[in-house]
Amino acid sequence: MNIANRLLSTLSDPRYYQIIVLSLLLTYGITELDFGIRWQHALLIVSTALAVQFLGTRYAGLLRFDPLSPLITSMSLTLLLRTDTMWLAMIAAALAIGSKFLLRYRGKHIFNPANFALVTLLLVSDHAWVSSGQWGSTATSAFALACLGFLVLTRARRAETTIAFIIIYAALLLGRAIWLDDPFSIPLHQMRNGALLIFAFFMISDPKTTPNTALGRTLFAALVAGIAFTIQFIYYQPNGPIFALIMCAPAVPLIDKLLRGRIYRWEKPAGHGAGSIKGVF
Amino acid sequence: MRIIATIIAAAVTVIVGTTAEAFCGFYVARADTSLFNKASQVVLVRDENRTVITMANDFEGDVEDFAVVIPVPTKIEREQINVGDRSIVQHLDAYTAPRLVEYHDPDPCMRYERHKMSADQAFPQSAVLEASSKAARSLGVTIEASYTVGEYDILILSAKDSGGLIQWLKKNEYRLPRGAEKVVDSYLKQDMRFFVAKVNLEEQSKLGYQYLRPLQVAYESNKFMLPIRLGTLNAKGKQELYIYALTRSGRVETTNYRTVKLPSNMDVPEFVQAEFAEFYRDMFTKQVDAENERAVFLEYAWDMAWCDPCAADPLSAQDLRKLGVFWVGGQGGSKIAPMPVQDVFVTRLHVRYDSEHFPEDLVFQETGDRQNYQGRYVIRRPFKGEASCDISEYRASVRERQEREAQQLANLTGWDIEDIRRKIPFPEGPAKDKEPWWKRIWG
Repeated sequence: MNIANRLLSTLSDPRYYQIIVLSLLLTYGITELDFGIRWQHALLIVSTALAVQFLGTRYAGLLRFDPLSPLITSMSLTLLLRTDTMWLAMIAAALAIGSKFLLRYRGKHIFNPANFALVTLLLVSDHAWVSSGQWGSTATSAFALACLGFLVLTRARRAETTIAFIIIYAALLLGRAIWLDDPFSIPLHQMRNGALLIFAFFMISDPKTTPNTALGRTLFAALVAGIAFTIQFIYYQPNGPIFALIMCAPAVPLIDKLLRGRIYRWEKPAGHGAGSIKGVF
Repeated sequence: MRIIATIIAAAVTVIVGTTAEAFCGFYVARADTSLFNKASQVVLVRDENRTVITMANDFEGDVEDFAVVIPVPTKIEREQINVGDRSIVQHLDAYTAPRLVEYHDPDPCMRYERHKMSADQAFPQSAVLEASSKAARSLGVTIEASYTVGEYDILILSAKDSGGLIQWLKKNEYRLPRGAEKVVDSYLKQDMRFFVAKVNLEEQSKLGYQYLRPLQVAYESNKFMLPIRLGTLNAKGKQELYIYALTRSGRVETTNYRTVKLPSNMDVPEFVQAEFAEFYRDMFTKQVDAENERAVFLEYAWDMAWCDPCAADPLSAQDLRKLGVFWVGGQGGSKIAPMPVQDVFVTRLHVRYDSEHFPEDLVFQETGDRQNYQGRYVIRRPFKGEASCDISEYRASVRERQEREAQQLANLTGWDIEDIRRKIPFPEGPAKDKEPWWKRIWG
């Protein structure tokens, strides 16, 4: 009985579901889509992330080494980042996890780790890029991605960010199509973008780097969607959502100040008595 | 010490192996754009937000009827339009075309046979074709500026007047394809502009060209894209489009469609040499279907400084400059022995599109990927000479190889495996005995 309870309590951590879904996506991407990543690459990113997390745990004086978050971060990173040099992949992983420990404000890290690494590399190196078209646009794969992602989110019980982002971004695309008198197949095609869905379900959804209240998260998502759309369709630059997220990160403490709420913790409080803010990484 | 020696030996073997593989092989054929009907060729030169686009067409028919409407992502002026050299586009096509190479098996009784390498020269071939003659005929523009460049009369649409294009078309008795008005309006709202090129018969006869030379436009814009929507409007069926991107840092890919590498470095049976065109067409069609007709295909990605094997010589710095590669020097390099060109990476993309599967214009990005890729298909010719030893084992291996090649070819093209087998001269002899008994039970 005791064991069963413990098992249930472990599985209530939504990150297990995220890891399963991300692993499936990664396997599908590497084996079926030939999207330019090799297993060695993925392994390198994952192991670097774990190593940096381990060092960071020591450095921050935490009691417990938590492999789940760096796993999720590194897999999201693997799915989105393309590079032709191995060491850049390692730097990306180190930047992502390192930013969690070093760039903090009021007990929360400021930037989404994978997002921070992606943007840094896109800005400083010619050898990093995001292949947003590589997932293809077949309805089935988009649908599968959305469903799987949704499953993850409903377990995380904090789906507002994702839902609000998707609805607002889709509304903007639709509005643009109506203004241009374009056929609806165009906004539909733009929404069926694997990278966009990965962003919506696995990056912007991160409860640790979004506001603490539901209203705050909805506001935040609207802001990200608006800026992403501006980058993509007014300035005609690629990777709008990824840049928008990092630009909006400083707004999170501001929104939190206006709308008070509790900081998110992955585990249920019952599982671990000492849920101090310091222990939240 | 021993371990180190082994590692070094292994490394050398690998290098020798790959180098030999890479440098050997006689170039025997290529699949250039003339294989496909109704194909357009576009050369896109891009660095930062500077773009030079060259559009080649092989319009056949009365040039009096020829007019083409070209959407451009930004406002343009007279000096930004130029008439290019068709042979350079043909050269680029030849240089980047998927290729067939051959290897000859060495005498199985002799070792140390050395392979030779041969680089082929470009042969002229028919250029490509903008199929939008109809689209051209049915569109026009409100004239803000009008002038003659080479054999073309160029008309530029007023930037303010969004309804102007449609009015001008109607006034000049052009027939609009269904939906053209909407697309034109949409483009204008996105700050795109149009120009129309019509052939000036007098200028053409003065210049003496028997064909239409490609048009070039240079502009600055954040938009790294190719407008394809107008072209899909009145085209019958699917269109073929080749895009040659010339960039500084690396391979170009589409950001709103999948970019897929075609299967390459495949061994195919010997008879494919005679049927290379059919082989390539059928293989391409099969790949298009496998991607649900929604992918852009990569046919070539290479540093412009070299090639291996060469389907044609790399383009000289001079020729590249004529195509709009503004960052390479204009001097140096001759046609016979071109100077190696630094800093130019070429990507050849091939798209088969229609409005259903490609609703949105193609949007590109330059990646940092400089890995070389080419569509390369290999024929391995068995040793046919007089044997001075027992070669039954060699024959068995040839037979096995030929069977593998047959299956590979069937997989790539969808051709009937029995038809393929009939065309392969399997060697006679004891090879059959080596075949596992169960292969013959059910035929």
